[in-house]
Amino acid sequence: MPDVVTFPGARAPDRFRTVDSHGVRLAVHEWGDATAPPLLLAHGGFDFARTYDVFAPLLAEAGWRVVAWDQRGHGDSEHAPMYSWQADLRDALAVVDSVTDEPMPVVGHSKGGAVMVQFATALPHRLRALVNLDGLPGPGRMPDVPDHERTKMLAGDLAGWLDFRRGTLTKQRRPDTLDGLAERRAKMNPRLSPEWLRYLVSVGARQDADGWRWKIDPSLRLGGFGPWRPEWAMGRLPGLNVPLLAVLGRQPELMGWDTPPAAIEPNMPPGSRLVALDDVGHFVHIEAPHRVAALVLDFLEDVL
Amino acid sequence: MSSPTVTVRHNKVALALHLVREGEGRPLLHLHGLGERSPVTVPAHLAPWPGPVWALDFTGHGASTVPPGGGYSCELLMADTDAALAHLGPSTLYGRGLGAYVALLIAGARPDLVRGAILDDGTGLSGGGTEPPTPMVIQAPLPVSGPPDPYALVELSNDVRPPDYAATYARQASTLSGLDVAIVVTAVVRPPWLAAVAAEPGVRSVSRGDCTAVFASI
Repeated sequence: MPDVVTFPGARAPDRFRTVDSHGVRLAVHEWGDATAPPLLLAHGGFDFARTYDVFAPLLAEAGWRVVAWDQRGHGDSEHAPMYSWQADLRDALAVVDSVTDEPMPVVGHSKGGAVMVQFATALPHRLRALVNLDGLPGPGRMPDVPDHERTKMLAGDLAGWLDFRRGTLTKQRRPDTLDGLAERRAKMNPRLSPEWLRYLVSVGARQDADGWRWKIDPSLRLGGFGPWRPEWAMGRLPGLNVPLLAVLGRQPELMGWDTPPAAIEPNMPPGSRLVALDDVGHFVHIEAPHRVAALVLDFLEDVL
Repeated sequence: MSSPTVTVRHNKVALALHLVREGEGRPLLHLHGLGERSPVTVPAHLAPWPGPVWALDFTGHGASTVPPGGGYSCELLMADTDAALAHLGPSTLYGRGLGAYVALLIAGARPDLVRGAILDDGTGLSGGGTEPPTPMVIQAPLPVSGPPDPYALVELSNDVRPPDYAATYARQASTLSGLDVAIVVTAVVRPPWLAAVAAEPGVRSVSRGDCTAVFASI
């Protein structure tokens, strides 16, 4: 097993630091000139900042100081006692505060995109532009949204979740080989090359004595239930007062949000842009980093 | 009474579960309101309960862990309560305010373990209303001098409680518990979630003084 896995175009962050968000240590990764104008990247639920290892350098080469952080419990950030949308918003602000007081452009994928729509509503003075990568919840399902944000309400789900919570104190993620984890990730990313998948495992998992494990907190779990409704998030869109680019990955996938353009179009704020990529899945920045980076850079050049 | 408090674990949090009054038979588990802690003695209207009376301090409250960084939800407190039920076995629940809403959730989620739930007035009864308020982010770190954890006070007073969501839990409690009456409402104040619950079959409104009698004999 090689010590360092490489992939063409993938570049480790140029700088690493941590931010204390209300007692939770967050890992912050940066690419590009430290004095360049900053741009923030928010990853999706169950993902991690270094899924941007190809995408972020493309933005950095175009003249941005690219800042991405691992959300609490994800990647290299601390495993927190509790997780919620509100806590994610607070963590995002802690990271933003560590970068600049000035408004800056923000790119968010999946749940990270949806959280940043909330952020733009709560703190409009901190954003210059907002790019949402397949993170606008439609009437369909949202697999990476936390337990209490979901609408599904079945007795079995509830009992299953409570049973899971009873075991979280001692729970560990299942160890596997690097290739084994890459194969598991391939179920969510069916069009990625084995080399790219192996690279993602090498930065998103850690090597223990008994094998490789994803770094994510084992007390986090996909699926669930809760009072949240997708229309509440969609209801934030029309009132946004920053330039918005929304990119949809239309290939149906396990983790896909399946939000059709028709569900979003009536809610787009004035002057915003909607791009649907028919041949790309939910993880648009991983699957098509060059195309998506070009879309983002064109958009930022036009609106800023 | 010796060592009247036990510690139960919920993930990274140690929860204080207090034996307020010893007794034989099915326990009554008291769930406090938002910002409160467990009572030291049995409240007068619960005194007729024939069995032991226990009380749980929620995460961030009383003698339970105050975890860093917030992230509270009522669903998480429901899992706190489930950790207490894992220790106590089948129990009747009494909840004040926030604790009433949590008692409803766990009654629907663990209909085999919750042998009746009493929903009473108390702090945090309304939560954040039926729809999310304008999103806001706390800018400066809150002074953490808890308990109660200031993050609990902020986050659990904004917890969204749609009436149909609450009613679903009441329906599950009624249909899956096998009890003729699964939930008793003693609260005078009826925010929309509680009004919806009170209108469900298998839910009965009674006076505070009569609340324990409904479940004492089942």
